[in-house]
Amino acid sequence: MSDDHVYLTLAEGHEDDTRWAYGTGFEDPLHGVDTTVPEGIDTGRLAADCVALADDALVSAQRLAEWITRAPELEEEVALANIGLDLLGQARLLYSRAGQADGTGRDEDAYAYFRDAGDFRNVRLAELPNGDFAFSIVRLLVLSSCRVAHFHRLTSHTDPVLAAIAAKGVKELTYHRQYAAEWAVRLGDGTEESHRRMRRAMDQVAPYLGELFTTYDVRDEVVADLRQVTEAAGLPMPVYRPLPGAGRDGEHTEHLAPLLAELQGVARAHPEATW
Amino acid sequence: MTTTHSAEAGAPPEDGLQAHFDATIARDQRIEPRDWMPDGYRKTLVRQIAQHAHSEIIGMQPEGEWITKAPSLRRKAILFAKVQDEAGHGLYLYSAAETLGADRADLTDRLIEGRQKYSSIFNYPTLSFADVGVIGWFVDGAAICNQVPLCRSSYGPYARAMVRICKEESFHQRQGYELLMTMMRGTEEQRAMVQDAVDRWWWPSLMMFGPPDDSSPNSAQSMAWKIKRHSNDELRRRFVDMTVPQAEKLGVTLPDPQLRWNAERGHHDFGTPDWDELMRVIKGGGPCNAQRMERRRSAHEDGAWVREAATAHAAKQSERAKKETAA
Repeated sequence: MSDDHVYLTLAEGHEDDTRWAYGTGFEDPLHGVDTTVPEGIDTGRLAADCVALADDALVSAQRLAEWITRAPELEEEVALANIGLDLLGQARLLYSRAGQADGTGRDEDAYAYFRDAGDFRNVRLAELPNGDFAFSIVRLLVLSSCRVAHFHRLTSHTDPVLAAIAAKGVKELTYHRQYAAEWAVRLGDGTEESHRRMRRAMDQVAPYLGELFTTYDVRDEVVADLRQVTEAAGLPMPVYRPLPGAGRDGEHTEHLAPLLAELQGVARAHPEATW
Repeated sequence: MTTTHSAEAGAPPEDGLQAHFDATIARDQRIEPRDWMPDGYRKTLVRQIAQHAHSEIIGMQPEGEWITKAPSLRRKAILFAKVQDEAGHGLYLYSAAETLGADRADLTDRLIEGRQKYSSIFNYPTLSFADVGVIGWFVDGAAICNQVPLCRSSYGPYARAMVRICKEESFHQRQGYELLMTMMRGTEEQRAMVQDAVDRWWWPSLMMFGPPDDSSPNSAQSMAWKIKRHSNDELRRRFVDMTVPQAEKLGVTLPDPQLRWNAERGHHDFGTPDWDELMRVIKGGGPCNAQRMERRRSAHEDGAWVREAATAHAAKQSERAKKETAA
């Protein structure tokens, strides 16, 4: 039969097999960028910044993955997966850079799978359980607004690799923020129930905003984004109260350890294995 | 189900229309949404395409379980993207069904109420990460065998959706096989995981081609209409012939003592799947039927307020736009 070729080539060797992650590596964002860590840069600081940004992305991607097969509509399955994949891609690049910068040469999986909760530096908002769609949307709006503003600044970082990662990330994050903003407006404006859920989500997110603003110097941008969205959605601005502790210092909620147990379980059960 | 062509479909076919349809099929040309078609052809296609769409959506679950647990970030990304592709396939297929007058919301209700089926393969559990690889190799492989001929299906929108879907499925199959190759080069435990997954998925995968030809009630008409191009048994045999050398290369044993090359026939001889099991799983008695349906139902029900809000917002928006225009 004439259609067999698709299947028959399966067992043949393919040199490009290592790059077979659909949508995750056809274009190397670091193509043409010199990955040598520049002289005179504070490598400890660079590594710590990369790890913190990677942890935010990985933990967010893990929560987004939990939506898969549970989203309100098929289009949302696709969109949330897309956002999760973007963040996962950012995390992988950032971990690799951290390993180069801190001199340990650790790879992405060493950071993701073989550190405990106390070593993670993500902000706590990222690790909270998904809640309902309203909470996930408000969280995505806040985190992507914050991250896109921060990444904008990183595009002029003295480390060319981090700057290149940020430049790629800005495009992705701009879409994430837009997706979240559009849903925030739909839900805020939609029905009584969706409005009520959005108000509650705003209240739930509020305590975690302070941590974002002390971690990143992006308060003005985030407040401006939130103001625009809440006005269009007919929602009040979230009023935040400071919450003690900081994810950036390794102080987390009780939700991070179970998230990591799921993420790391198989890898840790087979430490000698290659995947 | 509502059909946009119900008036024509209900009326006795005019000779000219039927003759034109028959001639189009005979010439191997495509039927397009606006063309006249017999009611039975339309219904058969809606049933088949909907079942296929439902299979993509329910099929996200067994593998989707492992996105959060994948043991490397690269495997996590591959799997995440694959499950996303399946949602995309579901979307194209529901769109293809809509060109026949079906409505996606109605088809979703039919799935959730158990009035339409999905592939029985997705009612088996995924017990280890090796299952992700074996599903790629066997299940996507069987899907390719079934679907590549559908790229030449007589109904245009279905055939075109299948071209795109098959490309992605073959990609997924290679990713699955490559995972298994890597695991087989790994630890003893990993090799055991792969063999165990092969043992569990082999027979259910053979069942994916449907019941044997002598008890497949809809096949003959579908073949005559060129919706289907090959019989169930023919496709199953082809799958076995293609998979055996791949199993050898991988270093796993397919769990069928009767499996051997028959030089005279130029094909492999193989054992008979447990057809009673297939019927039991199709009727809802598989290990995960209830769980799969429950997940789909709760996602749909939990999301109702979101969809209602989107509809309400859109209505308010157009109301506001009207007022602005009036003012």
